[in-house]
Amino acid sequence: MSKIAFFVLAFLSIFSAMMVVFSRKPVHSVLSLIFCFFTIAGHYILLNAQFLAAVHIIVYAGAIMVLFLFVIMLLNLNAESEPHKTSAGKIAAVVSGGLLLLVLVSVLKSTDGLQLSASPDSQVGMVKNLGMVLYDKYMLPFEVSALLFLTAMIGATMIGKKELD
Amino acid sequence: MGSSILELVHINNYVMLAAILFAIGVMGVMFRRNTIIIFMCIELMLNAVNLLLVAFSTMHSDPGGQVMVFFIMAVAAAEVAVGLAILVMIYRNVKSVDIDILNKLKW
Repeated sequence: MSKIAFFVLAFLSIFSAMMVVFSRKPVHSVLSLIFCFFTIAGHYILLNAQFLAAVHIIVYAGAIMVLFLFVIMLLNLNAESEPHKTSAGKIAAVVSGGLLLLVLVSVLKSTDGLQLSASPDSQVGMVKNLGMVLYDKYMLPFEVSALLFLTAMIGATMIGKKELD
Repeated sequence: MGSSILELVHINNYVMLAAILFAIGVMGVMFRRNTIIIFMCIELMLNAVNLLLVAFSTMHSDPGGQVMVFFIMAVAAAEVAVGLAILVMIYRNVKSVDIDILNKLKW
């Protein structure tokens, strides 16, 4: 059952990732990327990482993709204004992407198979467990990421505001 | 529900899936000229790596990997906010999001 779910989700995420690259309208790209993120959240749930699945949906589908959608609609981008590479450039991109995949897969094939040493602990991705680790061992990085957000917020407003002239 | 997904699906499948998603992201960066879609392909690559980190973290029962994914998401959110602000600024100045126009720093 979970096995079928994995392969269906894997197929859907690869398909929607392809749709991001190949769809003509930018809005369709954004929508397929949102779908791809939902399938990846499904993978997290299958891997028993419930906390990350929730954070992933809130941060990516809820914040980042809304931002992308806003910008695309604000700039009024559509299929007509969409710039396209030459056919030679497109073929070169597909070939080099395929070659990268070939290299990655062949390297991974040549390694010794990764084996599951012990049965994984199913509680590791739960909110309680992760919260204990996050607020204990990773306290400083957590605080620093708050600082990073403050910087990003100030930076985005500074860059985005209209110039006063 | 005692058994983990990794006892049913081998970890190599997750590695392959992440590799395919990453390669699609790289291909998208080279394939498109729209800067926003290139940005989205970078997000796709980040997510491929996140998926792999979560899979290995589950495999080794180590919460450190999932905490790392949490921080990657935080950095990605900050990056997107600043990056899109820069894009909007560029669009306001050159009235285009074509990456081939933005070649003033190339040579």
